[in-house]
Amino acid sequence: MPQEQEQKKVQRRSGGGAEGEDAGQVKASAKGEKLKEEMDDILDEIDSVLEENAEEFVKSYVQKGGE
Amino acid sequence: MAIPKVLGTETEYGISAVGSADFNPVLSSSLLISTYAGSLRRIRWDYEQESPHRDARGFEPVPMREPTEEDLGLANVILSNGARYYVDHAHPEYSTPECASPRELVVHDKAGERVLERSLEELDRAVPPGQRLAIYKNNSDGKGNSYGTHENYLVDRATPFASIVRDLTPFFVSRQVFTGAGKLGSEASWDEQGRHRYQITQRADFFEAEVGLETTLKRPIINTRDEPHADPERYRRLHVIVGDANMCEVAIFLKVGTTALVLKMIEDEYLPDLSLANPVASLHEVSRDITCRVPIRLGDGRRLSAVQLQWEYLERAKKYVEQEDPSAENEEVVERWERTLAALEEDPLTLHRELDWVAKLRLLEGYRERDGLDWSDPKLRLVDLQYHDVRRAKGLYYRLEAAGAFDRLASDAEIDRAVTEPPEDTRAYFRGRCIARYPDAIAAASWDSMIFDTGVEALQRVPMREPLKGTRDHVEALLERSADPATLLELLRS
Repeated sequence: MPQEQEQKKVQRRSGGGAEGEDAGQVKASAKGEKLKEEMDDILDEIDSVLEENAEEFVKSYVQKGGE
Repeated sequence: MAIPKVLGTETEYGISAVGSADFNPVLSSSLLISTYAGSLRRIRWDYEQESPHRDARGFEPVPMREPTEEDLGLANVILSNGARYYVDHAHPEYSTPECASPRELVVHDKAGERVLERSLEELDRAVPPGQRLAIYKNNSDGKGNSYGTHENYLVDRATPFASIVRDLTPFFVSRQVFTGAGKLGSEASWDEQGRHRYQITQRADFFEAEVGLETTLKRPIINTRDEPHADPERYRRLHVIVGDANMCEVAIFLKVGTTALVLKMIEDEYLPDLSLANPVASLHEVSRDITCRVPIRLGDGRRLSAVQLQWEYLERAKKYVEQEDPSAENEEVVERWERTLAALEEDPLTLHRELDWVAKLRLLEGYRERDGLDWSDPKLRLVDLQYHDVRRAKGLYYRLEAAGAFDRLASDAEIDRAVTEPPEDTRAYFRGRCIARYPDAIAAASWDSMIFDTGVEALQRVPMREPLKGTRDHVEALLERSADPATLLELLRS
């Protein structure tokens, strides 16, 4: 079940804008760092399962229409 | 008063061969399905392994052999969970059993993915090394070919179809903001190449009409297929073709839960006229607007964003649930719906734990940032496709899920159970249980009947025209007392 519904905010551009000194800014960029780390971990995991030869693989995926 | 909503989904899965130039999607789909069905038979008849080619009533047990007439007649089986698993055109299709609540449908929709995954595992053992099939729960190949994920809802026949068209069209156009599975680029012939890098839904590109019977050409937002699979005097079974295939449990729940509630409000004439000026154009625009803010023009001249239009439905639904139809289930739908709209209004990208299109976009943006990839990079296309891979070890949705990146509504144990067990609150219970108990005595089955062959008299048809009869409460005791199908038929007659 969801635990963090309400207050989730993705720091979309980490390091964007002027480097502020106030606590809010520091906190926000720390959170941005953490999200970036999380994302990097996820991408590493996904790198290990992605099909090889992306271009060829995607090109050969052709479907007949359905329904 | 609105009738209870009996619900289901029908998913056509994408299928391709890896490591083999020689691929026939129709035969491969059939083989995939008959292999799965055959393995069930093998489990039942394990003690007879000395006869591996024994005819299992149309279910061929041995995969990857010369195709038989049965294959060319194409696999079409009914499972012990009450689902139908068959070949539709050039795709394996899984129709869930009838469910009595959105939450139950989430479980059964996900169980469908497991059935496909198990089918692949069975088949993989039989094909030459280096070859395999790949199965995707998505709706497009990225090259202009689409296959459907349909929803079905039981609706009161007395409700005028014109009301359904009027009130459901704006809802379908705007619900895309949470039902979309996300897609790179555009496949619409009229679209300027490369203008749209990412859109919310897989399907919007393929819709060209407001209302119609077609499902493969000139697809309409409201489909008029009228196959009630139940008492036609009382019921309609609304066939919805405009949705995407969802991996996220929350997205499935929102898609079917809100739609069922809106249909109830239509039956009770509870909705104001929110007709759109140009529904088809708006469908395309909403799908292309990842900010979810672009205004849509209504027939009365107002301009509302998709999210604002959804608020109009939600406000009514809150009142409706409070005054007309209070239940824990409806309250859960309304509560999640409200939370989702609030987040979409604030910042859609915060919904990466709930919605497929957001989760996929986040992944693509992650790759772009880390590897400096252009939007046209084949690797991004691969991410878009492999997100939908049904194999839990390889599918990107599932790798994210394993990392705890999604909110869940169902446990793995519940989903695994639904692979073999039917819902208990609809006629799917009777169908599924009969198939499990008397597999050799079922000559044929459909949504609204079972045909028994007990070997002693003519085939006997048991009609099931009421989707809410044949539940566990109704028939469990009867089935327990029936050691064999002849007794069951006897008891049903008395």
